[in-house]
Amino acid sequence: MVSGKVMRSLVLISFSVALAFGQGNLIQSVISKGGGKPNLAVTDFRGSGGAQPLMNAFNGTLYSDLETSGLFNMVSKSFYPLQNPQRPEELKPASGQGMALADWAGAPVNANWLAFGYNAAQGGQLVLYGYLYDTAQKTAESAQAIGKRYFGALDEGGARKVAHEFAADIIQKFGGGSLIGSHIYFVRETGRTKELWQMDYDGQNQKPLTHTGSLAIMPAVSPDGTKLAYTSFASGTPKLSLISTESGRALRFYNQEASLNATPSFSPDGNTLYYASSASGLSQIYAANLDGTNFRRISVSKAIQVEPKVNPKGGVIAFVAGPGHQQIYRMNMEGADMERLTNGEGEASNPAWSPDGRLLLFAWTRGYATGGFNIFLMDPATREYDQLTSNAGRNENPSWAPDGRHLVFTSNRTGSFQIYSMLADGSQLQRLTSAGVNRSPVWGK
Amino acid sequence: MKMNRTAGTICLAAALALGTAACKKKTPIAPPAAPIASGNTNAVDPNAGNLKPAILSFSVEPSSIERGQSATLRWSVSNANAVSIDNGIGEVQGTGTRRITPIESTTFRLTAAGPNGTISGSATVNVTAAAPTNSGLTPTGTFEQVVNSQLSDALFDYDGNTIRSDAQQALNKDADVLKKIFADFPNRSVVVEGHCDERGSAEYNLGLGDQRASSAKAYLVQLGVSGDRLKTVSYGKERPQCTEANDDCYQKNRRAHFSAGQ
Repeated sequence: MVSGKVMRSLVLISFSVALAFGQGNLIQSVISKGGGKPNLAVTDFRGSGGAQPLMNAFNGTLYSDLETSGLFNMVSKSFYPLQNPQRPEELKPASGQGMALADWAGAPVNANWLAFGYNAAQGGQLVLYGYLYDTAQKTAESAQAIGKRYFGALDEGGARKVAHEFAADIIQKFGGGSLIGSHIYFVRETGRTKELWQMDYDGQNQKPLTHTGSLAIMPAVSPDGTKLAYTSFASGTPKLSLISTESGRALRFYNQEASLNATPSFSPDGNTLYYASSASGLSQIYAANLDGTNFRRISVSKAIQVEPKVNPKGGVIAFVAGPGHQQIYRMNMEGADMERLTNGEGEASNPAWSPDGRLLLFAWTRGYATGGFNIFLMDPATREYDQLTSNAGRNENPSWAPDGRHLVFTSNRTGSFQIYSMLADGSQLQRLTSAGVNRSPVWGK
Repeated sequence: MKMNRTAGTICLAAALALGTAACKKKTPIAPPAAPIASGNTNAVDPNAGNLKPAILSFSVEPSSIERGQSATLRWSVSNANAVSIDNGIGEVQGTGTRRITPIESTTFRLTAAGPNGTISGSATVNVTAAAPTNSGLTPTGTFEQVVNSQLSDALFDYDGNTIRSDAQQALNKDADVLKKIFADFPNRSVVVEGHCDERGSAEYNLGLGDQRASSAKAYLVQLGVSGDRLKTVSYGKERPQCTEANDDCYQKNRRAHFSAGQ
């Protein structure tokens, strides 16, 4: 536990988060895979010819991906030697200027690993030569962990692509998952309408998916990333609607007769939709096939219930319910064994299970005035929790990244709701949107 | 010795040593934008200083409606400590919105006063006679006009759907009006909308708004209003009628509201 505190203090140097409540140890095994973090040095890659103007985008993306993975202590560039290798052939047994691995292993750099390489324009393409070397090794053969070429378009998008791929290979070597190709779906508010939008996981390529001219809100993404289910006011009352993320086409769904059908989410196998319906006269939890057939009631209670979320390992449904101030509850798949998870203080909303089913992200006003939501992380088995945001506006709708370590959420800390990502220990905050009003993000494959 | 060199010095030295073109420093990762000052951003500005009041925006949307329809006044004022709008609106905060249902063309005048002066501006909403409907014009007006002007909201406590005494008074009157409306317009229905203030989550407020609409409808049905002609819908906190962050506006939004149905 002591080493856990040391690791966290290193991670929190740039972004101080007051973890005033809860144990704080909850997510260390999630974030840092146990043990200490290796020291990583990353050279500024140079580019020849047509690749040269793209190096800002490349180096910025590479460094950011590695830093926000939370897996490394990034050695400050102010400690770097005067020179650095671009190709393995340039490495010398001894140098003193940075052309030997020992220059990076020793003080003041003290790096365990060195990422280096260069970019070139070849045949109208951008080619990245990327290397990851263990600085403690004596020969190039034993030092090389990665030596690979990556290809992209000869533009900024291509530079970011190859940087993402190289970073993902490094991250996967140290136990992190890949986020490449994943998308974030969210709600963009424009005047009186709200539509579903999508963007790449790094905030690039933002574009609308729906054009309802009404309210398209509260999206959920299927486990395979191919479908979105959401709540639509296009017909006048809130109803469930589904679209394909690949084509944008609406998928047929027959809503049951009710004044309210809303807040859908997918079962772990992607074949069942769980949602809230007022068919009985009060909002309760129901399930149905993906086309709305075979709908059946799951829970029976006297309190409003919304936002059902099935645990990825099955067996348990988390949801939000009254009576009175909204709290997070869980029940089994038959709607029995209902149990409150939050302690009754304040108001809680937006439960989200981690991909391994062990932990729960949610929004809670505990310790703050009504409406003062922050992102919390809880282990429902022990009820231990961490507070991940504080004193920074209203923070809601957390959603896990596929790697089970990052999350995305919405915050109005700058005055308007924008979408942010961070690690599940509250560090490495990154802002992903800045134009418009953006809420309810969900992270899909 | 090396420890004291900055990244820029190393970079330049390396460029010189290797004879390469000007080497690019890594673009630093931008930190998240600083949070705005805490507190009510919609309050009139007490620290107007030397600056004169300014009307950043004052508009009505849409600017042209049919009699019986509603529009929204929007305004944003800076450097003022007293802001008011005529035609029945009164004193307001520096930034806000207000839903209006004027029966004739109206020019709203906003006046903003600060220690360094006073400024005013205007916004006009044009109201035209509604096109005749199949139900025809009656002495009391079109169906939409009657529903929008003669039915009062029922207000609720926070997180509650109980019909408290002031809501009972409103709904008792609404019941009589509804019975007359349903007699005068035999083919039309009225929608009971459930709304919430903005503080709870949007998801839970959909459920709560639905419960409020149902409670109001049940109360009216118990007074003899035809349930078949009353539809319910929840807008949760999606369609607030005001947006100021104060108790007065929060209470206005915790309501069951009536609108014209099919």
